[in-house]
Amino acid sequence: MAYDAADTDQVDHEPVTDWVNDWDWLDDQWGSNAIDIWNQVREQCPVASTERYGRAFMPVTMEGVSAVANDTENYSSIWVNVSRPDSPRAPAPPITSDPPEHHGHRRLLLPWFNPKKVAEMEGVMRQYCRDLIAKLDGSDTAELSEQYSQNIPVFGICHLTGLPESDADLYRDWISRNFQLGPKNNAVKLEIMHEMTENISAILQDRLDTPRDDMLTYIANAEIDDEPVSWDLKVGYVRLQIIAGIDTTWSAIGSGLWHFAQHPEQVAQLVAVENDHMLWNTASEEVLRYYAPVTMARKVIGETEVSGCPVHPGDQMLLTFPAANHDPDAFEDADQFQLDRAKNRHVAFGLGVHRCVGSNLARLELLVALQEFLRAFPNYSLDTTKETVWANGQVRGPRNIPVLLNK
Amino acid sequence: MKIRIDADKCQGHNRCYALAPDLVDVDDYGTAFVLNDGVVPAELEEKAQLIVDNCPEFAIETTTE
Repeated sequence: MAYDAADTDQVDHEPVTDWVNDWDWLDDQWGSNAIDIWNQVREQCPVASTERYGRAFMPVTMEGVSAVANDTENYSSIWVNVSRPDSPRAPAPPITSDPPEHHGHRRLLLPWFNPKKVAEMEGVMRQYCRDLIAKLDGSDTAELSEQYSQNIPVFGICHLTGLPESDADLYRDWISRNFQLGPKNNAVKLEIMHEMTENISAILQDRLDTPRDDMLTYIANAEIDDEPVSWDLKVGYVRLQIIAGIDTTWSAIGSGLWHFAQHPEQVAQLVAVENDHMLWNTASEEVLRYYAPVTMARKVIGETEVSGCPVHPGDQMLLTFPAANHDPDAFEDADQFQLDRAKNRHVAFGLGVHRCVGSNLARLELLVALQEFLRAFPNYSLDTTKETVWANGQVRGPRNIPVLLNK
Repeated sequence: MKIRIDADKCQGHNRCYALAPDLVDVDDYGTAFVLNDGVVPAELEEKAQLIVDNCPEFAIETTTE
């Protein structure tokens, strides 16, 4: 089905029946079945294609994904998701920046996400998780997305940046509209862009007027090579924190909780060891490999090919990191979730110069969230009378996790 | 055994630092560098292999000199 949106704001698609030649990452089958879909495509060919958003491609092997991620000559990050080609797109540096500007854009943020800096948050993060757990006390059941996993990254990003936690609902609303509706609907995209720009501009202006000891004040006054950064880019930096720092990690935490709710033997192994035991490290990395939430994209800007498939300027290229994480050529027994996987070069946080800037924060949040919850409710299980709905598209993960706490 | 980190390949995933802070450290920007000229004490050789096997960028290698 070819893209023919003409001037309409909304473009609707038929359900996918051919994932090799007509894939759609916003199809309702993607969320719950993505891993099977990638595996089936990989058996037939390394790169799938579609015309639903203009011409777009989807590599499903580590080789293909790695080649695209490492080629900034032929692929631009100006488009970081596959959307209709006339989609309005706002800058969110450094994720949407290309070399050579990318380097300066990135170095501005990196020290804030250094592992040592992030580690300082472990104590408050644990306490925050314990407070959420305390609220579940006395309940027999819980919806862990709403009552647990969604809250943790909002707290983390607000604590790190200085963004107001009281706006958590607003952030969640922007994120869900942006990812679930935005790629097909230009009006929604524009609406969110305006709302975010207005909100963020006011916050940055406040920090210029009343400086605080926080990342927002640092961004409001940002300079690169002694030159002030433009206002648009400053707003973009904050836009990135909100769009990329919240439901990405809550999806990883949620996937982990959904997984372990069905694997009591693995929970027993984990709670039997101390928090600093290697098994916790390998286990949370395996959650990241197996359930990697984030798929990115690039705009093709050069005549090139990926895994033998020719692509042309203007095409879109999905960067399916989660699919690469299931490539049997890159991982032994790739289809198995192994708690103690010792060799794990997964690419949940991407590859190359655009490696997720917040990966250390995300890792801390995931590990702490899992440790605190599994220790508090080691006998919890999935409530199989209710259905779990998985989000499609750029950030894949369970939107609801109904469980029995079995305290 | 020695380890070597290719600074051009390192993208700051920080897996090595998380797994073996006694073998590597990271700078403000998250770029990893070896400690002790990369010399790996015998009791840490397994750790050294572990960080090689968990670097997504294939930026770390071991050598026996």
